[in-house]
Amino acid sequence: MTESPAARYVQTPAQTVGPFYGFALPYDGGAELVPGHHPHAIRLHGTVFDGAGEPVPDAILEIWQADETGALRNERGSLARDGFGFTGFGRAAVDFGGHYTFTTVEPGPVAGGAPYVLVTVFARGLIHHLFTRAYFPGNAELNATDAVLAAVPADRRHTLVCVQEGTGPTGAASYRFDIRLQGENETVFLDFDA
Amino acid sequence: MTDTTSQHEISAEMQAIEAEARARVAEGNAPELHPRRDYPPYRSSILRHPTHELVRADPEEIERHSPAFGHSDVSPLESDLTIQHNAEPLGERMTVSGRVLDGEGRPVRHQLVEVWQANAGGRYVHKRDQHPAPLDPNFTGVGRVITGDNGEYSFTTIKPGPYPWRNHLNAWRPAHIHFSLFGTAFTQRLITQMYFPGDPLFALDPIYQSITDPAARARLIGVYDHDLSVPEFSLGYRWDIVLTGPKSTWMESEEAHD
Ligand SMILES: [Fe+3]
Repeated sequence: MTESPAARYVQTPAQTVGPFYGFALPYDGGAELVPGHHPHAIRLHGTVFDGAGEPVPDAILEIWQADETGALRNERGSLARDGFGFTGFGRAAVDFGGHYTFTTVEPGPVAGGAPYVLVTVFARGLIHHLFTRAYFPGNAELNATDAVLAAVPADRRHTLVCVQEGTGPTGAASYRFDIRLQGENETVFLDFDA
Repeated sequence: MTDTTSQHEISAEMQAIEAEARARVAEGNAPELHPRRDYPPYRSSILRHPTHELVRADPEEIERHSPAFGHSDVSPLESDLTIQHNAEPLGERMTVSGRVLDGEGRPVRHQLVEVWQANAGGRYVHKRDQHPAPLDPNFTGVGRVITGDNGEYSFTTIKPGPYPWRNHLNAWRPAHIHFSLFGTAFTQRLITQMYFPGDPLFALDPIYQSITDPAARARLIGVYDHDLSVPEFSLGYRWDIVLTGPKSTWMESEEAHD
């Protein structure tokens, strides 16, 4: 059989992040896309649950998003935080209670679309990572035009939208985005045909 | 909690799943390129896989871009895992080199590759690793590198040992290095593991076997490359990584290596 050029570049399979990423993947400031005192700082947080409703204590999340004006940044420095530049990338391991927290900004619309934060989930026991999106409840009009939200059954759509919790002591808005890997209210996960 | 299922029972479960997957391919379905998220022999996957089909989505601008990393993010010293302490770590010194490519074979340039691994005794520097093998004061097991103009990367390290885990009775992971990779689009994000040729634990390991297609599994095995070995210093392994590929393209003639 003749080998076609495309066939030589078949993608490398994924494997679980395993339980022991904790000394390798988290890094200083990884969960702070902006400092907490940034004028537009928000808290984006939640808990990762398994199919029994138990918190998953060994998951690690990454987020990737536009800034508050809807601009995607192409600045280096996603690992070496200087406290000023915004790169749009964040990484946070959950705590023993399965809880994660990012400090970031609420993204603006990119090319006029509904703003969202792309969320990637890795965990022990999760053999291949999962993508989902966290949309914001204040953008009802734009959310109503979004192709992904429209493609999702109405009774599952809420799993893609953060819950606004009012402002914390520092005045920063707080949004909760829980992730349910399985079971009741299972989060909608996305497959990008890229 | 220790699962007391025997290796024999786990192996029988894995063989049944593979037989079913092989039958699907024989019926004309494409082999599965990635592991199954629902793979009961890996016990922790049972409650941690979604039961709904993933929702197919067109990547938007965000998914078509990726964070940028540069030499300000990573020191050149971070690609050598053997020089992070005062003395040399114990173990078989080796280099692991390769290229990161996209599905068309184009190099993924100037992107971040992260690795982490156990020491030569199979022990991680991690407080929850209870394997009673010794820690090596001269080995942490974390490395980072930014890929070069041709997508190339290279790490100097020591060969990690296999280690026990509690999936079932007498469960051992084949020796592996964890790899984390970014592409030019976030949809290419990949975390995976590189294995070593000829490991007798392959057939016994539910994480490796969660990839039901033998040819796909073989893509995770580094190739011993004598030209990469450095005289009087280290052995060389080559491992190329493809971040996205044609999902439906596969080779009938491709052979299994395990
Ligand atoms: Fe491991």
